[in-house]
Amino acid sequence: MTTVAVKPATMAQALGRALRDAMADDPAVHVMGEDVGALGGVFRVTDGLAKEFGEDRVTDTPLAEAGILGTAVGMAMYGLRPVVEMQFDAFAYPAFEQLISHVAKMRNRTRGAMPLPLTVRVPYGGGIGGVEHHSDSSEAYYMATPGLHVVTPATVADAYGLLREAIASDDPVVFLEPKRLYWSKDSWNPDEPRSVEPIGRAVVRRQGRSATLITYGPSVPVCLEAADAARAEGWDLEVVDLRSLVPFDDETVSASVRRTGRAVVVHESSGYGGPGGEIAARVTERCFHHLEAPVLRVAGFDIPYPPPMLERHHLPGVDRILDAVARLQWEAQS
Amino acid sequence: MTVMEQRGAYRPTPPPAWQPRTDPAPLLPDALPHRVLGTRAAERVDPELLRRLYAELVRGRRYNAQATALTKQGRLAVYPSSTGQEACEVAAALVLEERDWLFPSYRDTLAAVARGLDPVEALTLLRGDRHTGYDPYEHRIAPLCTPLATQLPHAVGLAHAARLKGDDVVALALVGDGGTSEGDFHEALNFAAVWQAPVVFLVQNNGFAISVPLAKQTAAPSLAHKAVGYGMPGRLVDGNDAAAVHEVLGEAIAHARAGLGPTLVEAVTYRMEAHTNADDDKRYRDDAEVEAWRAHDPIALLERELTERGLLDEDGIRAVREDADVMAADLRERMNQDPVLDPMDLFAHVYARPTTHLLEQEAQLRAELDAEARHHEYDENDEHDPEGNTR
Ligand SMILES: Cc1ncc(C[n+]2csc(CCOP(=O)(O)OP(=O)(O)O)c2C)c(N)n1
Repeated sequence: MTTVAVKPATMAQALGRALRDAMADDPAVHVMGEDVGALGGVFRVTDGLAKEFGEDRVTDTPLAEAGILGTAVGMAMYGLRPVVEMQFDAFAYPAFEQLISHVAKMRNRTRGAMPLPLTVRVPYGGGIGGVEHHSDSSEAYYMATPGLHVVTPATVADAYGLLREAIASDDPVVFLEPKRLYWSKDSWNPDEPRSVEPIGRAVVRRQGRSATLITYGPSVPVCLEAADAARAEGWDLEVVDLRSLVPFDDETVSASVRRTGRAVVVHESSGYGGPGGEIAARVTERCFHHLEAPVLRVAGFDIPYPPPMLERHHLPGVDRILDAVARLQWEAQS
Repeated sequence: MTVMEQRGAYRPTPPPAWQPRTDPAPLLPDALPHRVLGTRAAERVDPELLRRLYAELVRGRRYNAQATALTKQGRLAVYPSSTGQEACEVAAALVLEERDWLFPSYRDTLAAVARGLDPVEALTLLRGDRHTGYDPYEHRIAPLCTPLATQLPHAVGLAHAARLKGDDVVALALVGDGGTSEGDFHEALNFAAVWQAPVVFLVQNNGFAISVPLAKQTAAPSLAHKAVGYGMPGRLVDGNDAAAVHEVLGEAIAHARAGLGPTLVEAVTYRMEAHTNADDDKRYRDDAEVEAWRAHDPIALLERELTERGLLDEDGIRAVREDADVMAADLRERMNQDPVLDPMDLFAHVYARPTTHLLEQEAQLRAELDAEARHHEYDENDEHDPEGNTR
């Protein structure tokens, strides 16, 4: 057996590779957005695609998010599979009308006659020192809209697999890319054939017995770090990476919480009205008799995303997660 | 000195190669709304087309009257009548080839019917049983669109996609004067012009957006002028002159089909009835204004042209009206039947692959319906209820 030295790829490269492979496999796949052509996108995810596939399939659009998504709707109506890039989380908001009124509803309005197989890629979340409007965690808005799938990878391999799945899906998918993981690497080999998971399956990233950390996207590595740190305190934490917010994998999550009896939901978007409330409620409904403590949430504060020099105070970090884990000793406390 | 004066006039300094694309004047060929009926130009129009337009106008008006009557009987939740605007609706439908696409707004039921859609299917949105009562691919009619102007970028995208595929397809999108103020209108026009997409925008300027008159909607000299800023032709047409609307749209569509890009057409017309049956138009306009427009009625204009030229006589008029009455009677009868709806349809078309929580909710509703059915049975039989409770 020979071992091939694999140059580790970044998440951004894996996403680009997924786009490339999807375009090569299916001529209906089109990439469009601001600066996705010659520049390769501001995060270089679409690097090289315009050269390989031409401007008709990798299109630098005018600067107008509603127009980008609205024209993509029409293209999907005609049988194409547009993959739209929104440059940053907060700049997707002008396109919300199109997303909510049309993308999410067209299949339903037309009783299945007009599905819209399109993918909206949104770089999201903070932690990269971005200025205002470049760090929003907007997942709760998307989750609250029936008709959309909402997925977010946390590893390089998932970035590839989930994006391939999203593009192949006959349902519209909001594909949330954790910006701060764009440059993260693991030993994913871009040239190896690989299977892709269907959208909607969570994965246990780390097994443990004393409590479950339920998380996704940019908070996954933070939770893994917290789990390592918790070992010193005698806690053996399980970490569940949701990968998909809609559909939600109740099975994997509930099975884990039933095993551990305790759970903390961790995400960086605001807690109030945020995904954690929904997740905690679902876990409570399904696992009430197995719970030794209330499901706790560790989330970003309920504030507009702070200026970069303060963002570390806003983002849930290892310490805040460990504090919550300590609070899970409910009986001892009360 | 004002701030602007301090800064100096805004003068971008383009690189030497930069040239303005076009002299704006040729983009705006119509000094006044283009007319055909009652002018020499009418003689060049195929009489068969004139008769066809006439028959559809009469049917359209009858349809509007019947649908409005159905709101009074509670058979339709709401109906936005296009009475007065039938020439735009009908021309928009008849000017398209079968392979072309129509993108209507909520007021454009008539255009959809004139394109061949079943009159009942066209009303389901307004009856309230289905958002879209038809398969959009069957007649190439996008769903009637309720949010203003949002269908316009769809039309651009579809036309663009068709061209990329090498198909000879044009999209025609309809929008009201109020809709031209929405951001989606501007983004759609800009995309269309930059992509040279084979799309035509028809603005039905009927004077009002619910109660707001055009003067409060825009400061532009005309809505057709808006085309110039995007670099596409802006045409102005008499929206009550069915032959003129057909001609101008026909030219715009030929232009688009030839790969020469989009056109914005402003049809100047008037909404003769209230915004919908729920609106009170006396609050924002005078009867005198409405009356003045009666003299310029689209059906009367075409009827005069046809009769004066001997292309239509009393018998012909009667035949057209009788045909319209038959359509209306059929519509009335079919709309008077209660639609049969399956509550499980609520879940049927949300996703290709339904989520688990949707499957759970589907099961919940199924159980509720079964329980309801058991209780119905019990009420009818007046016996013990199946759960063993005594009444
Ligand atoms: C985005 C949006 N805002 C508001 C409305 C409510 N609304 C429905 S019709 C209408 C007026 C539209 O006027 P216009 O575009 O001139 O079309 P018309 O009704 O005259 O055909 C308004 C404000 C809407 N449908 N969509």
